[in-house]
Amino acid sequence: MPGRTSLSRSLQAVLLVIVAGALLVPWQKELQATARKAGFHSVPLGIDLREQIGQSGFLAALSGFRSPVAALLWIEAHGAWERTEWGRMAALFNTVTTLQPHSLLYWDIAAWHMAWNASIAAFQDKRQPSEVLRERSRRQYVQLGKDFLERGIRNNPDSYLLQERLGILLRDKAEDHAGASAAFAKASALPGAPAYVARFAAYEAAKVPGMEQEAYDRLRSLYDQGEKMRLPTLVAELRRLEEKLNIPVNRRIPAPPAPAVTPRS
Amino acid sequence: MTAAAFRITAIGRNTFTGLVRQKVFYFLLIFALVVIGNSAFLAKFSFQEEFQMLKDVALGAMAVFLCLLAILTTANLLPRDLEDRTIFTILSKPVPRYEYLLGKLLGVVILLTLSTLVMGILFVGVLFLREQAALAETRATFSGSPQDLAAALDAVRKGVFSWDLGEAMVLLLVKAILLASLTLLISTFATSGIFAILVAASAYFIGHLQVTAREYWMSGIGIHWWTRVFTAVVALLFPDLQAFNLSDDIVAGTALPAGLFLQTLALGGVYTAVYYAVACFLFQNREL
Repeated sequence: MPGRTSLSRSLQAVLLVIVAGALLVPWQKELQATARKAGFHSVPLGIDLREQIGQSGFLAALSGFRSPVAALLWIEAHGAWERTEWGRMAALFNTVTTLQPHSLLYWDIAAWHMAWNASIAAFQDKRQPSEVLRERSRRQYVQLGKDFLERGIRNNPDSYLLQERLGILLRDKAEDHAGASAAFAKASALPGAPAYVARFAAYEAAKVPGMEQEAYDRLRSLYDQGEKMRLPTLVAELRRLEEKLNIPVNRRIPAPPAPAVTPRS
Repeated sequence: MTAAAFRITAIGRNTFTGLVRQKVFYFLLIFALVVIGNSAFLAKFSFQEEFQMLKDVALGAMAVFLCLLAILTTANLLPRDLEDRTIFTILSKPVPRYEYLLGKLLGVVILLTLSTLVMGILFVGVLFLREQAALAETRATFSGSPQDLAAALDAVRKGVFSWDLGEAMVLLLVKAILLASLTLLISTFATSGIFAILVAASAYFIGHLQVTAREYWMSGIGIHWWTRVFTAVVALLFPDLQAFNLSDDIVAGTALPAGLFLQTLALGGVYTAVYYAVACFLFQNREL
């Protein structure tokens, strides 16, 4: 019959494809291992994600459209922000960061929305008359922001940005200066970290009772790096710690030059 | 040029011309609308968010259009030639069937390559214009020292372009060519264009699950023997399309090692060659 291929030939063709597939399996496995080592294909597309993004979103994510799905959900989260639906935003941010765990931007902005915008909105919520409950709600959103950053750091351990943001959050939102100092110190040790992160680590340590010596050592080490590091805040903090720790005069940094006296005419 | 290469090129050129006459390039207008419209809509976000989402959506749209183009155009090549009886005119001349199939595939490859180029230029153009706008805005609003301004401008530039974006587009093209070759294979035994499209689309979805089937098959966990056989058949019969989905992570900033890029290209080439060879095997004795 015209247009027909014989059954035996079709079976032979299937067999050929299977043999080729079997020969390619070791290569596929090696390639997959190389890709995972380089940070690709690390998103587990499991049943949890299926429940979060629905069937069509899950199908799209499975078919290689993970990042466009994440972008569309991010736009939806932006709409939720405009309507101040903080709970919905948190849920959408969870999904977006699950879909794109290596995008620093998503972790960073999700944490900022939760720890800054949502926490303040919760504290100023006029529908809640109890200040205690409003404060509790504020703390919960700050904690949510911290969780985003900590999960982001676990997914991107080599990035200084999220460690730095965690330091800022702990400093400005949680009053946890020891934690902030540790986060800034970790950030400063990572590639690409700006110089101010190391200074922040020392400034925060200086605020913690019992960490003055560590703060002094950090500040002194920065001071000794040269003129570029000798910023007014750093010098003033160093002098304050020298006084507090009774550092011998001969080991202190040079005194500031005396102000020039203009002779009276 | 040898006679065979001349014949293949001629068939490829005719196939490409035929596809252009079908106005398949109109989809580029939709792509332009998606990218430009998306860019205008995203202007309300911070520029880092805007660039991230512009890249996400543009590369996603490129992937959709290229895969659709590869399947829809290739699936109709043989049925159309049979319907118009063009195939009889060609094969009655001293043109071997494998040359005819290679020429057909070449025409689709030219179409896909040109489409990728045009979409890539459009995408990069929109990115460039938005980058210039972000740089101008940063210059106008920045109040720090000149060194800090230079660092801020550098940060904007780093967030926009990288060579990896070009490599992501090449991988999308390779995946589309693989799909075209697979669809050509299906169309050698398909009874209609619709059938070929349906089977190729199913293979596309199953191909993205091939890696899951392979891991399940080879994991060694206690499963029924028929489940193991089923997952093995899926793993061996379908291509590993997830291997080509690197753009999701590239957009997120993951650096693509040269070795991985080249190996993925090579895998795409091998799959394409295997499917073409099996298509020739089937088509060789097909009764026309």
